[in-house]
Amino acid sequence: MSNTTEKTYTRSHEPIFWGLFGAGGMLTAFLTPVMILITGILIPLGLIDSKHLSYEKVHLFATSWYGAAIVLVLVALPLWHTLHRIYHALHDLGIKRGRDLQQVFCYGFAFAVSIFVFTLLLQMF
Amino acid sequence: MNASTITIDILRYRPEMDEKPFTQSYEVPYSADLSVLESLQYIKDHLDSTVSFRWSCRMAICGSCGMMVNGVPKLGCKVFLRDYYPKKVTLAPLANFPIERDLVVVMDDFIDKLESVKPYLIPEKEKDLATGPHQQTPLQMEKFKQFSMCINCGLCYAACPQYALDKKFTGPAALALLARYNRDSRDNGEAERMKIVNQEEGVWGCTFVGYCSVVCPKDVDPAAAIQLLKVDSSKDYLIGMFKPD
Repeated sequence: MSNTTEKTYTRSHEPIFWGLFGAGGMLTAFLTPVMILITGILIPLGLIDSKHLSYEKVHLFATSWYGAAIVLVLVALPLWHTLHRIYHALHDLGIKRGRDLQQVFCYGFAFAVSIFVFTLLLQMF
Repeated sequence: MNASTITIDILRYRPEMDEKPFTQSYEVPYSADLSVLESLQYIKDHLDSTVSFRWSCRMAICGSCGMMVNGVPKLGCKVFLRDYYPKKVTLAPLANFPIERDLVVVMDDFIDKLESVKPYLIPEKEKDLATGPHQQTPLQMEKFKQFSMCINCGLCYAACPQYALDKKFTGPAALALLARYNRDSRDNGEAERMKIVNQEEGVWGCTFVGYCSVVCPKDVDPAAAIQLLKVDSSKDYLIGMFKPD
């Protein structure tokens, strides 16, 4: 017999973290292979001249407003993606103890590093 | 005639006499066109009448004969001995469900989950019979038809690692059924059902492993239904931040 009383539903806050996870996953999937290809293969093999990635050039890029924004997004979003995945992997591994604490550590770390990178970029201007 | 046989191991459990489940082996005459379900019927008719299993239609429509075949959730009628021969076939009741007897599992929780998602049309207002049937374009039907093909066999629940970890999770088939009604143009119950979707036990219990869609014998693709509902739930979350109800 189905019960007639309406049960209470609790909304999950997962959409925020899932959104960051999805955005970070997209970046990781599309951009990291390209970056590895350029910095790990093409430049060491001399197929791209290494002076294009000299300290001065990269510094100039990171201190422009759009460059700083790109660096922040490229560091922060994949980090949120990674820690969201780790948080859920802990559940998958059956580690039931201290889920709240796990959540604070995982998302707290992503948040802290995001703020750290943000301030680092700010003080470079 | 070739008199070759195939070994079939069955996980037996008779609650009135067995303390815990054990494996029993049977030798069944092999033929290439024999399904696993037919081999079970052979065992029941000729070798051991005490073996219990559910079945009805024999053609992947009723969804009764779900079981673990060599550890993979499958319909007994849709899987053939030729795919395993000459190796043996190991049969066990569907994973993640309590065993009732031999290959028969207790489906109560699964049925409760299906009932919990309001799986019926909730029209905006009652339509008078005299006004004729609801009209729907092929495009409107296309939006939900795939998710309406579920036969409630429970294979996706046996496949789901999240349901295995947490029985509160609404699960693949029920969420696909929910999506089926939310996506139907005749339905107006989305607001009611989003409350179910938005919970941790709703779509957010899913981590998109996708095995549910792999094992589905009717290509319903419950994993896709859940991911689409996650997008809906995220939109609902954003709207809820500005317009709390």
